[in-house]
Amino acid sequence: MALIEIRGLVKAFGPVKAVDGINLDIESGEFITLLGPSGSGKTTVLRMVAGFEDPDAGQITLDGKDITHLAPFDRNVNTVFQDYALFPHMSVQENVEYGLRTRKVPKAQRAKQALEAIESVKLSHTADRLPHQLSGGQRQRIALARALVLRPQVLLLDEPLGALDRQLREEMQVELKRIQRDAGITFIFVTHDQDEAMRMSDRIVVFNHGRIEQVGTPQDVYERPATRFVAGFLGVSNLLEIPSAQSDTSKDATISIRPERIRLAPSSYQQRSGEVALGGRISEVAYLGSNTVFVVETDTGSRISVTTLNQELPTQGEGFGTGDRVLAVWQESQAAQISG
Amino acid sequence: MLRLSRATKAFLLVVVAIVLVFMYAPLFILILNSFNESQISGWPIESFSTKWWIFAKDYQPIRAALLNSVLVATGAMIIASILGTLVAFALKGFEFFGRATVNLLVVLPIALPGVVTGVAFSNTYSNFLSPAGFNIGYFGMIVAHATFCIVMVFNNVFARLKRMNPHLQEASADLGAGLWQTFRLVTFPQFRTAFVAGALLAFALSFDEVVVTIFTAPPGVDTLPLWILKEMARPNQASVVNVVATVVILLSLIPVYISQRLTQERQ
Repeated sequence: MALIEIRGLVKAFGPVKAVDGINLDIESGEFITLLGPSGSGKTTVLRMVAGFEDPDAGQITLDGKDITHLAPFDRNVNTVFQDYALFPHMSVQENVEYGLRTRKVPKAQRAKQALEAIESVKLSHTADRLPHQLSGGQRQRIALARALVLRPQVLLLDEPLGALDRQLREEMQVELKRIQRDAGITFIFVTHDQDEAMRMSDRIVVFNHGRIEQVGTPQDVYERPATRFVAGFLGVSNLLEIPSAQSDTSKDATISIRPERIRLAPSSYQQRSGEVALGGRISEVAYLGSNTVFVVETDTGSRISVTTLNQELPTQGEGFGTGDRVLAVWQESQAAQISG
Repeated sequence: MLRLSRATKAFLLVVVAIVLVFMYAPLFILILNSFNESQISGWPIESFSTKWWIFAKDYQPIRAALLNSVLVATGAMIIASILGTLVAFALKGFEFFGRATVNLLVVLPIALPGVVTGVAFSNTYSNFLSPAGFNIGYFGMIVAHATFCIVMVFNNVFARLKRMNPHLQEASADLGAGLWQTFRLVTFPQFRTAFVAGALLAFALSFDEVVVTIFTAPPGVDTLPLWILKEMARPNQASVVNVVATVVILLSLIPVYISQRLTQERQ
């Protein structure tokens, strides 16, 4: 039995179905990310697990217990908010003590636990400060300490890194992952940033229009995208229609092939077995430092993006340029069949 | 920013000065006259004394009027604080049919002429409540004052609640606090200063009120403003009136000043 089981979850706001029938199992100790564009329903699912929104239909169980309609204060899950939601009139220590206070932990003990939690995020020197005296990154850590001090079964994180600048964000990604591993707590993480999802998650749940498009490990969703949406949302992908004659099924099929899996070859190139080669002309070249992106207009009328890693200094006058006739070549096994 | 020429600046400063003189010179003269030894106000003041202050201090009708004013203003303030806050929570907390209309209806009494409010309450008390055997008396005056005092508390608290981060209450519930605990530990501290500021304004508003008081005060009961009005009919009491008026000015300015400070601190 999974730690959290979500069955047929539905939530509408007026005429808009924010969440439209979702099933999901989340295992204990897992770092799972709900990924999708804004308005895709990922945050609403998180808020229903937290108890801030009441589902219109469906069921959520935690550890076998039905928590679908329980109040937030009656479930053993805690939330880190996007804007941190630290209580502005309380010191850092009072903020972290808050959950212990509502659980009637004796004063001396809750101070001890709170200070330990603040130390675990390396902010002991800020214990007496007010939230507005902290930097964004510090507030983020305190919000985390405030939730973790209660040792919840599940920690819910609603785009917690969204307000941080890039460098701090990357530091916090590593830090969060470490805390999650050390504490052994299940993390449900909401983000619209695919890099963040790939970097941190054990599994990624891709949302679109209130439904789940695909659930899988970062490799699964990147290498074997189930739908066009997933292929386009995680990284760049070339979607090519394959006529029925060449595909396994009787219908026309679509394949997804990543730009970095394709290489360019001169048109004289002899295709080997297991390879696919499409002839075309280079229409754009963009040099991006570590790699170069080519756009090839194929003879069949598609546009293919091809990325090559610049492992050596480019030599003057060599390589492919705009207008050259080339073959775009890839291993057939590198392409993924798209169903929807 | 728009840059003003020297002449424009000078002109605006002169306007400000004139406005201030018109607003405060009469008050200043009144306060000075409360120290006039003569029984009738006059200018220039020939000799100063605290005679009328000492007289007013022990003069029974004035002490009774002061007590009434404080009682009525306190009562109106308490009613307005509780009801104004509850209405603000209702209008902020959830959507219901006619919400915008209710919002307008709550704010409207402040714009109604005092005469209208006074007549309306007076009629209600004497034509409906008295025949029904219910003599509202003194409390009726407090209720009438509370109607326009509610706006002060409502406006202040409502504005603060609108600016409050809704995630704070969610975070509190998430950390295990029940509804009352969340209100006590998180929500109330967020609007406490707005609440106190509104209550002080309500007090000041009630303390100053003349017109509604005329219509709703029971026979023989005077508040300070009412007493002043009656005494003005007897010109040879002018100096005592000036003393009382000075007290009224002080007792209304202090709450307004504190309430302003409270609201500014937060911004």
